[in-house]
Amino acid sequence: MLTITSIKNGIVIDHIRAGLGIRMFYQLGLDKADYSVALIMNAASTRLGRKDIIKIENNVDFDVTMLALIDPNVTINVIEDEHIVHKVKPDLPDHVEDIIKCKNPRCVTSVEKYVPHVFTLVNRELGQYRCQYCDEIYTVGKD
Amino acid sequence: MLKGRHLLDPTDFSPGELDEIFDFADQIIQSPAQFNHLCDSSILATLFYEPSTRTRFSFEAAMLRLGGGVVGFSEPASSSVAKGESVADTIRTVACYADIIVMRHPKEGAPRIASQYSPVPVINAGDGGHLHPTQTLTDLLTIRSVRHQLTGLIIGCCGDLKFGRTVHSLIKATSRYPGNRFVLISPKELRVPDYVTADLAAKGIAYQEVERLDDVIGNLDILYMTRVQKERFFNEDDYVRLKDVYILNAEKMRLARGDMIVMHPLPRVGEISYDIDDDPRAYYFKQAKFGMYVRMALIAKLLGAS
Ligand SMILES: [Zn+2]
Repeated sequence: MLTITSIKNGIVIDHIRAGLGIRMFYQLGLDKADYSVALIMNAASTRLGRKDIIKIENNVDFDVTMLALIDPNVTINVIEDEHIVHKVKPDLPDHVEDIIKCKNPRCVTSVEKYVPHVFTLVNRELGQYRCQYCDEIYTVGKD
Repeated sequence: MLKGRHLLDPTDFSPGELDEIFDFADQIIQSPAQFNHLCDSSILATLFYEPSTRTRFSFEAAMLRLGGGVVGFSEPASSSVAKGESVADTIRTVACYADIIVMRHPKEGAPRIASQYSPVPVINAGDGGHLHPTQTLTDLLTIRSVRHQLTGLIIGCCGDLKFGRTVHSLIKATSRYPGNRFVLISPKELRVPDYVTADLAAKGIAYQEVERLDDVIGNLDILYMTRVQKERFFNEDDYVRLKDVYILNAEKMRLARGDMIVMHPLPRVGEISYDIDDDPRAYYFKQAKFGMYVRMALIAKLLGAS
């Protein structure tokens, strides 16, 4: 496996389903980071076969919810002095505003730009959210 | 309490609240003249961002028969909307003049935005391919008036069940009453979307999907017909092969029960042959009349006038 220096203080987002790492990378604005960041794609994983990993050498504060909406199965490890001090499993929120965008071209949110994109969780197991305006379903990890 | 509420989705009101509207509609049907000053000083605004003459006439006639007035536009080109005004701004302005607003819009969910900015009740009169709740109320009142119940019915839906939003709403609304079963009759390509059948399955409601109307028409209490449009078919051969299967005519009506009723949201484009218009089981024109009465009852209830 590719060797990436382990980090001293920061965050490791692990068990990202292969292919979704790059979306999280951009979603977190890491392409503009001025600290060390690594995006590892298609790493071997006993659980997932292949997985993506993001390592961030900085104590950034970010919205865990947003990551859950891309892939709810990720693990977030907070690292201090090269040790994992805690692990966070993000939970799907019941209600999200302006994080998911409705992709139904017939949805009113496509023309009335001032309107927040509001979704509510309809099935936690399947990770399905429903647009409050047009009922379009957004499936976490798929859409 | 229905006063001041919005109607955006046919299931916004509980079956009990719908009964309140239907009971009042029954009273209006009994003696319409008694209610022709009920909303004397009120104004209904009809905001039609796409034309729908039939629906607009039904709402306007309903308000006029309650003694109220009507303002509005029938297509956006003639209004400030053409200059790019947002729904939010249009609604806040219109709500200064009107006591209740009816909106038809090509974009799905537009009436919900309207409701978020409106201090007066908003009624969704159709938002794109999404919902058309007053059509559903019309259908329910028709069934209730003819069959005297909304429970224990075998409801057949025939035609384009994939894109037919009236059918989706009807199934959703009637599946809230106990004992109803569904027979879904359509070509394979135009079956109801999966979420509709998934919803029925989740509620433990029996349904069957079939391709031929002849095979099942004899079992039905209600036959709800919809348009099968040529452009929905993948190829000409399928269309030619299948179109007659979904045309209701006197011959097929002979296979149906004496107390079955035929419904259709109108306008029809050939899926109901003219030779059954005089059959007492044909309810599609009476249905349009129920549509006006149910809108009268709805407007009065939302205004708190009844
Ligand atoms: Zn939407």
